[in-house]
Amino acid sequence: MAGILVVAEKNEGEITPASFELLGAARQLADQGGGSVSALIAGSAADASTLIAHGADAAFTSAAPEDSLAEVLLPAVEAAVSQSGADIVLISMSSLGRDLGPALAFRAKSGVAMDCTALAIEGGKLRATRSCYGGNARAEHTWAGGLQIATVKAKTYDALPADGGRSGAVSAIDAIGEARIKVVGVEKATAEGVKLEDAEVVVSGGRGLGDPSGFQSLETLAGTFKQAAVGASRAACDLGWYPPSQQVGLTGKVVSPNLYIAVAISGASQHMAGMGGAKNIVAINRDADCNMVKVSRFAIIEDYKKVLPALIEEIKKLG
Amino acid sequence: MNIIVCVKQIPDPETPAASFKVDEAAKKVIPAQGIAPVVNPYDPQATEAALRLKDADGGGKITVISLGPDTARDAIKHALAMGADEGVLISDPAFASIDNFQTAAALAAAIEKVGDADLILMGRAAADWDMGVVPAGVGQILGLPVVTVAKGIEKDGDGLTVTRVLDDGFQTVKAPLPAIVSVSNEFGEPRYPQLRQIMMAAKKTVQVWSAADLGIDTGASVMPLEALYQPKVESNVEIIEGDTPEEKARNLAQKLRAAKLV
Ligand SMILES: Cc1cc2nc3c(=O)[nH]c(=O)nc-3n(C[C@H](O)[C@H](O)[C@H](O)COP(=O)(O)OP(=O)(O)OC[C@H]3O[C@@H](n4cnc5c(N)ncnc54)[C@H](O)[C@@H]3O)c2cc1C
Repeated sequence: MAGILVVAEKNEGEITPASFELLGAARQLADQGGGSVSALIAGSAADASTLIAHGADAAFTSAAPEDSLAEVLLPAVEAAVSQSGADIVLISMSSLGRDLGPALAFRAKSGVAMDCTALAIEGGKLRATRSCYGGNARAEHTWAGGLQIATVKAKTYDALPADGGRSGAVSAIDAIGEARIKVVGVEKATAEGVKLEDAEVVVSGGRGLGDPSGFQSLETLAGTFKQAAVGASRAACDLGWYPPSQQVGLTGKVVSPNLYIAVAISGASQHMAGMGGAKNIVAINRDADCNMVKVSRFAIIEDYKKVLPALIEEIKKLG
Repeated sequence: MNIIVCVKQIPDPETPAASFKVDEAAKKVIPAQGIAPVVNPYDPQATEAALRLKDADGGGKITVISLGPDTARDAIKHALAMGADEGVLISDPAFASIDNFQTAAALAAAIEKVGDADLILMGRAAADWDMGVVPAGVGQILGLPVVTVAKGIEKDGDGLTVTRVLDDGFQTVKAPLPAIVSVSNEFGEPRYPQLRQIMMAAKKTVQVWSAADLGIDTGASVMPLEALYQPKVESNVEIIEGDTPEEKARNLAQKLRAAKLV
């Protein structure tokens, strides 16, 4: 293994948590495979130093705006690959990464494993595990010889704590792509309180809530915890009951809270893909045979409408 | 506006986990008994987008392309019944087990052979391999801009205005044509073909093209599949008992307290 390039990202001025997770993953792989880790960021030299403190041996900066689309950032990624000599590229499974990974792969005439849940170095080469068939199967891939590119699912690897004692070279990359696609507007979802991805407790609702007002009870239940957020299944989002930014699952957010309370969610594999990493799952469902109940630690088999008010009161009592 | 829509036939992604089986030796999914394959759920949304754009534009042709076995005709027929004009089935024994990267190459060749496309629409991913790399791949091969995960697409002068779903909200972009746009479920419900339309669709032409017709050799996989298996799921659930819902709620609260979760 020659080396790993991590493509780090910023969002609203901050380096994303997923970027630090990628560095954690890269460090682990580099220590197995005996290569070095470099990182690229559309950001400042100070950002580059932060990446080095979190595990990179060297870093590249690009002057591309932080919200650049893949076509703008791609030439910088290619330049960083060639300058660092990396044979592995790790990218977040973010809105940008979803586009950047495949674009880079096709340009390099190689492949990209999307949304990986495990990475390993075997015989100096990358072996990537990813979920497919909506979460019902796992696939393992290697590469036929080209650039080994993987996008990594959020929360798969732990970030390393910052070590200010680490140092490395920082260089600027000028290459930048033409913006054929122009961003003319952005509307950030404004979830109040704790962000879904950061919440210690997630209370989620599904189609079985029956109507959007069910989410008000879930918000009240979430309010009884300190670090809680409310999520939803895709069925509930598609019905317009809750915003898509709060969707948990394969095509939504990945959460790994200490406690996940699934109310009237059946536990389809695509939903599990977003919360399978929760440490403790509680299901409230009418159907004892549904998958969510099977994967739970605790379950109540009941109409949620009858249980939630009492549960809210009981938890409040425990204070 | 001439639009090409790429559609794929896949095993029903809502197949219950209990009916889902993998042949690990062959590294293939065993088709579930009695569960028919379906059109990839994002693809009717891509077709719907094409129909609305064509209506708004007042002209042009919608061609549906699918790469797959002979049964993939059903996926094409579904789009034709929704209102698309013509179909192309890319079918060749040489394509029987190609991956997403090779598929992109074959689709790109077919898109060129159809010719004269202003817009190419696809679903954001196919719900079998869940990769979502084909739109970007076709874009790279044909040198076209690619706008992914669209929830709204409108013709805007010579180009398009597209609303994309991001991790944390929405983004509006303007793209020149020709372009590739991948459509997400947030686009909304596609129309459902009526019986009369299904019968009319039977009369629409579906050409069949082979690897030789496309003049391509997809070569070997760049990212070989080494293993395919089902994750092990263990159930250790404790069902909370109680005579009344209130009692169950109380018992759960106590269990959560004992486990230091509240
Ligand atoms: C390509 C693809 C991607 C997808 N991505 C995602 C994703 O990211 N996230 C996601 O969530 N889904 C996703 N899905 C959809 C997924 O397959 C399921 O359809 C969806 O998760 C089902 O949502 P649900 O559990 O809310 O609804 P249902 O499956 O309808 O379940 C409703 C549940 O509510 C229970 N219930 C009903 N009434 C009550 C009541 N009064 N009290 C208690 N319980 C009750 C029922 O017993 C049932 O278990 C995706 C699907 C595809 C094909």
